[in-house]
Amino acid sequence: MSSISGIEPGPSSPPVTAAQLGLALPVLAVLLASAIFAAFVALYGQNPVTVFGLIVQGGFGSSFAWQDTLSRAAPLVLVGLAVAIPAQAGLVIIGGEGALVLGGLAGAVVTLPFAGAHALPMQLLMSLAGALIGGLWFGLAGVLRQYRGLNETISSLLLSYIGIAIFHHLTEGLLRDPASLDKPSTHPIDPSYMLPVMPGVGVHAGLAASLSLAVIAHVVLRYTRWGFALRVVGGSARVAKMMGLAVNRWIIGASVVAGGMAGIAGAIEVAAVQGTANSSLIVGYGYSGILVAFLARHQPLAIVAVALLIGGMQASASLLQRRLGLPDATMLVFQGLIFVCVLVADAIAQQLRETTRR
Amino acid sequence: MDSTSIGWFSLPLAILGGAIRVSTPFIFVSIGELITEKSGRINLGLEGTLMLGAMAGYAISYLSGSPWLGVLSAGLAGMAFGLLHGLLCSVKRVNDTAIGISLIVLGTGLAFFLGKPLIEPKAPPLPSIGLGFWSTVPQVRAALDVNALFFVGIALAFAVYLFLNRTGWGLMLRTVGDSEDAARALGFPVLRVRIIATMAGGFLAGIGGSFLSLSYPGSWSEGLSSGQGIMAVALVIFARWRSVNALGASLLFGGAGALGPALQGIGVTGYYYLFNAAPYILTLAIMVASTSRAAPFADAPGELKLHR
Amino acid sequence: MTLKPVDRRSVLQMLAAAGSAPFVLKSSVALAETPLTVGVLYSGSKQDYGFNQSHAQAAAALKKQPGIKLVEEERVPETIAAQRSMEGMIRQDGAQLILATSFGYFKPHVLEMAAKYPDVTFAHTGGVWTAGMPENIGTFYAYIFEAQYISGIVAGHMTKSKKLGLVAAKPTPNLLRSINAFAIGARSVDPAIQVQVIFTGDWVLPVREAEATNTLVDQGADVIAAQVDSPKVVIETAEKRGVMSCGYHSSQADVAPNGYLTGAEWNWITPYLVYAGSVRAGKKPEHYLRAGLGDHFVKNSPFGKLVTPEARAAAETARADLIGGTRVIYSGPLKDNKGNVVIPAGTTQSSNDRVLDGINYLVEGIIGQV
Repeated sequence: MSSISGIEPGPSSPPVTAAQLGLALPVLAVLLASAIFAAFVALYGQNPVTVFGLIVQGGFGSSFAWQDTLSRAAPLVLVGLAVAIPAQAGLVIIGGEGALVLGGLAGAVVTLPFAGAHALPMQLLMSLAGALIGGLWFGLAGVLRQYRGLNETISSLLLSYIGIAIFHHLTEGLLRDPASLDKPSTHPIDPSYMLPVMPGVGVHAGLAASLSLAVIAHVVLRYTRWGFALRVVGGSARVAKMMGLAVNRWIIGASVVAGGMAGIAGAIEVAAVQGTANSSLIVGYGYSGILVAFLARHQPLAIVAVALLIGGMQASASLLQRRLGLPDATMLVFQGLIFVCVLVADAIAQQLRETTRR
Repeated sequence: MDSTSIGWFSLPLAILGGAIRVSTPFIFVSIGELITEKSGRINLGLEGTLMLGAMAGYAISYLSGSPWLGVLSAGLAGMAFGLLHGLLCSVKRVNDTAIGISLIVLGTGLAFFLGKPLIEPKAPPLPSIGLGFWSTVPQVRAALDVNALFFVGIALAFAVYLFLNRTGWGLMLRTVGDSEDAARALGFPVLRVRIIATMAGGFLAGIGGSFLSLSYPGSWSEGLSSGQGIMAVALVIFARWRSVNALGASLLFGGAGALGPALQGIGVTGYYYLFNAAPYILTLAIMVASTSRAAPFADAPGELKLHR
Repeated sequence: MTLKPVDRRSVLQMLAAAGSAPFVLKSSVALAETPLTVGVLYSGSKQDYGFNQSHAQAAAALKKQPGIKLVEEERVPETIAAQRSMEGMIRQDGAQLILATSFGYFKPHVLEMAAKYPDVTFAHTGGVWTAGMPENIGTFYAYIFEAQYISGIVAGHMTKSKKLGLVAAKPTPNLLRSINAFAIGARSVDPAIQVQVIFTGDWVLPVREAEATNTLVDQGADVIAAQVDSPKVVIETAEKRGVMSCGYHSSQADVAPNGYLTGAEWNWITPYLVYAGSVRAGKKPEHYLRAGLGDHFVKNSPFGKLVTPEARAAAETARADLIGGTRVIYSGPLKDNKGNVVIPAGTTQSSNDRVLDGINYLVEGIIGQV
């Protein structure tokens, strides 16, 4: 394949525009990945047509499928933002898992002293608590980077593991509800405080919150001077300083906001689904967020699209298992193939955009 | 208490034993990643490579009866995956980090899918060398029951040091990783060097994985890895891209990992979640204490872009 | 409000009403042939050589029954995904019976789905039904601790160092019941025997389980038992160290051909058939279904080659006593390992005593902390 050294368009200009290619290439990538996957399942005696039919049906084929996809996508949007926002500032923070679970814990316990209050202020309180704790956790990584020169990827990863250990220690010890016998959990929150299911959509209100935050992030990053400042800092700290930006504050600020996203995701999990904090919060959302963010090139609206794609794939994985007896790992293989192909296609598309600009 | 128990002495012994047992996969994976990063690429997909290596090693050991053949196959499987990573990242404008994470998904998926029939069978494990023969205390003997791969790992750390710093090939690798322009000026085949470096990294990561399934814990299952592949990348940074440091970092990590159960063994039974997190706390504490404001990436290869 | 727990006769009656009788896995008694789709959820892999596999084996046996169609999904996380999977099984596959096999599915997932689909029966492993919960929920479990008691007796006979080791995940009541029963069984052979417990912190942690096993052997234990989701690593590591082992969930004898003594195994097909029967009969599911050795809900693995005739005889006697009701594991006087009396002299807590659902201590003779 000549793509190893990069595609060099010939001396004559290409017949299609770069924009058209930019749209076509990811689609081609999905087709290529699907072809490879089809060969893979055929090798195992499955009819590829049936498999693909089920994938489409399971993720997007009915309103039930859509509800499934949306509810699985909801947490992914926020954890994706948690990685994407610092990435704009040039940071790679991968500790979303720890911030999410600690945020969930904070959300789960903060309303316990209040009985009989209105739901909305309690829900806001939970989100705030989650955001603060999550923000603290990511902010630590930011501080360590700016004031101790500690690489934020490694520090956020270590902090994530440590955060999870603290979570376990507290939910099974100090903050444990004695009535939660075989699944150590915190005291359940007042059921009236839980996030309602949105009528007509069939998914909990956390989805609306996540989508709103994605839109806000998009607007802030693209149209405000904060977003601009963040990108300057991400481009070159030296240039940023020359422009008079307080680099430390921007980096730590971006970290805190990002951590807040992850923390809110945890609080929403508690408020919309679990009603309490326990090990069911530790399911790898944080790591999925890394994938979502990078696939979306750290753009908030693209993050929503990628989250939907991944949510749809998880939803259809369920159907594949039930109908065809295919192991859960089958969808992992397909996801890996799609991600790889889309990433490469995206890179080629970007290259073409750049070369045709000359 | 009876005569076979050794009381509190079991704690340092467990740390020593753990340092040897638990560190071995980290040694291989971190040195493999080190080689890759020295060439200017970052391969975050080692978690998937490790699982694939573990599965392949177990499968071949079971089918052929020879664990060493299993180790070799694991290395080859890892190398193939490294080749894939290397090729994919050679496409311009591709984000190394994203490819790496995608390969974690692909590698883990393949490993789980192909490994389904391997969970129950028992594959021949790697032999170990009983270095504790001089002792009559069974616990000492057990702690010093060292797998041959551990020694390979130690030798590897020094060999890689010599390779990087004392050979022409090593210089080429470092130049490619430090300055692409200088490398091109010197006529070095930048892409080829990077791809080969990534393949070498994958080979070693595969071997590291085979240790998990063929030696310790010595069994294939889907929960085998607890993030070793990702932690190895952290350890490389911790070791400031020096292979002998990576050896030390792996030993430290492995020894700290044994703390949790060992403390419970001598009766310290509270706070075990926090003790189990000791390796991470320790690594973080040492890094905070040893880094300075001035140069976070002082020792990093110049072309290594963690965030692009 | 407590429910009267199911006693042996009721189980027999239920199975008889469903057209079957208590039996072990290989019996050929047939249920009524009305077609029934059963959906099963596993939190882990079906081939984990442990807890999930024990359910998968029972599901496979259930599938062989005439008229039963099975849909299974493994690795379902205990998040909204569990609800979606159950709904999918109901709406897309037409399941009328859902078997939710992991503790974490109960609150809120099974509760929510049961309220939403009152015509579907939900049978959950390990949950505790209380009045006010939807009537279409059944919770079931097994007195695995009875089998662990027997394992303890065998271990107690076989140990030479008088120290046993146990690798456990977390100190939840279900596990504590089993850990205590193991210790009580061993100490009934010789009160000088001690059991050391190490908690790994989570259900599946192969490296830490191996470390814990090594630590226990270092501390002098010559029989190792496991209370984790997949005991394979623990048993293998014990075998490597040359000590004896007791298994869990299913038989790990082929992993430890020398040192395997016996193990505590589930026999989930029995409760599965009860629920399939009640769905077919159009009746409400049994809300709190628990039983033990006598009703074939649990069993012990065949004895390993090292087990002495004396140990075998003691195990058989204990088994017969437990089934016959002449022996009760949790009987006073019983102290915990902090010196408090937890069961006063003259009192017994039989297997179906609900107070055991909330157990939160480790008995005397156990080294470890809750």
